[in-house]
Amino acid sequence: MKTILNGTQLAITIDRLCHQLIENHLNFEHTVLIGLQPRGIYLSDRIYHTLQKLLPATPIAYGKLDITFYRDDFNKGTALHVPNETDINFSIENKRVVLIDDVLYTGRTTRSALDAMLDFGRPGSVELLVLIDRRFTRQLPIQADYTGRTIDAIISEKVRVLWKERDGKDEVIILE
Amino acid sequence: MSLSVKHLLGIRDLERQDIELVFQTADQFKEVLQRPIKKVPTLRDTTIVNLFFENSTRTRISFELAEKRLSADVVNFSASGSSVSKGETLIDTVNNILSMKVDMVVMRHSASGAPHFLSQHINVPIVNAGDGINEHPTQALLDAFSIREKLGSIQGKKVAICGDIMHSRVALSNIYCLKKLGAEVTVVGPPTLIPKHMEAALGVNVTYNIREALAWADVANVLRIQLERQNTPLFSSLREYSLAYGVNRRLLDSLQKDIVIMHPGPINRGVELSSDVADSGQSIILNQVENGVAVRMAVLYLLAGHQQLAN
Repeated sequence: MKTILNGTQLAITIDRLCHQLIENHLNFEHTVLIGLQPRGIYLSDRIYHTLQKLLPATPIAYGKLDITFYRDDFNKGTALHVPNETDINFSIENKRVVLIDDVLYTGRTTRSALDAMLDFGRPGSVELLVLIDRRFTRQLPIQADYTGRTIDAIISEKVRVLWKERDGKDEVIILE
Repeated sequence: MSLSVKHLLGIRDLERQDIELVFQTADQFKEVLQRPIKKVPTLRDTTIVNLFFENSTRTRISFELAEKRLSADVVNFSASGSSVSKGETLIDTVNNILSMKVDMVVMRHSASGAPHFLSQHINVPIVNAGDGINEHPTQALLDAFSIREKLGSIQGKKVAICGDIMHSRVALSNIYCLKKLGAEVTVVGPPTLIPKHMEAALGVNVTYNIREALAWADVANVLRIQLERQNTPLFSSLREYSLAYGVNRRLLDSLQKDIVIMHPGPINRGVELSSDVADSGQSIILNQVENGVAVRMAVLYLLAGHQQLAN
């Protein structure tokens, strides 16, 4: 087991990602944040709340998207996934969407998310924000616009993002 | 997580966790059905045949919509106008359809046990859409789902099932489902329409007094008199039945509380249920129909996924 980010580093990284978002989106007037279920929403919750603190007067549209019904591995021999809540109570038509997930690995989740998102309208643009980008493991031509930390890990290694709300502490680790 | 069964033949075969998994999945499909695009690509490589050997409006449309919302390919079959009238057996009919690469079967049949019989001879998942006077599992699931939506939970709730219990597959499936989820169930109707030994066999209360049952209940599920299944007269006339067991405004007003009114449809207005009650705010009949699509999507999704795991 190896720690990539401890609690303090994780907080700094999230702060930095928020500032990068503000740099590009300024007042968030036409921007919506969408966290990907199930694991991305811990990150998107943090990003949303940090942004609210940094920009207290600005309302920011924030939703959660579940991609279970859009997976490309349904009936391909993998375990059946139980769906999670999708909560997008605004239109994404012509909006600047920021998709938020914890780890970018094969890119297949992101592809499913793009499909799922299009059922809510046609966004003006879409960006991807991830906490951890695993390089050299992509199976689809997808890359992130905002990255917390880029790492090289071999396929047999697992990257785990732990959150205080769920796991009792904030940490990013690699398991052999 | 997946279902403990390969087919949905009846609620009797399900565990409580199975029912809760269906509800949890149906919650998310219900959200899908509120979207501008009410369709997901999940079953795009699955072909489903709807075999209806008996008449149906709601169930058939509901299943077909559920299948289409999941992007499955749908083939419809009804016994009238098919080779069944030329003497083809059930297994032959189904095997011929399956040889055209069909992945799932939804079946309604007037013979109790027909889908159970079929499940021993074919390999694909079967969903029972009503078999004779035995079970109608998806109706029970959507009924319980609708109660859960209206009252928050099923555990400890009191449900009266009213009317023709003897000939109703909805009644039997509802009893299994509600009991597994921890509800209390009372059946009420004329003695000739309630099978003997129900109390001991199914753990329900039996009463022949509708006012007493409704005064006790949080929810009343009012069933249709199944005249098509009654070979000998079991009550003197529909008018008399309606006077003794019909649920109407005056009866409900005398209870001093608002109970939830359900009906699986089709309603015989003025017989088991009066129009003003059926169309009142107490009634969740149309919610039941709406929830039917989401619940059936959940069942199809879980069975299709389960099949793939088994392979």
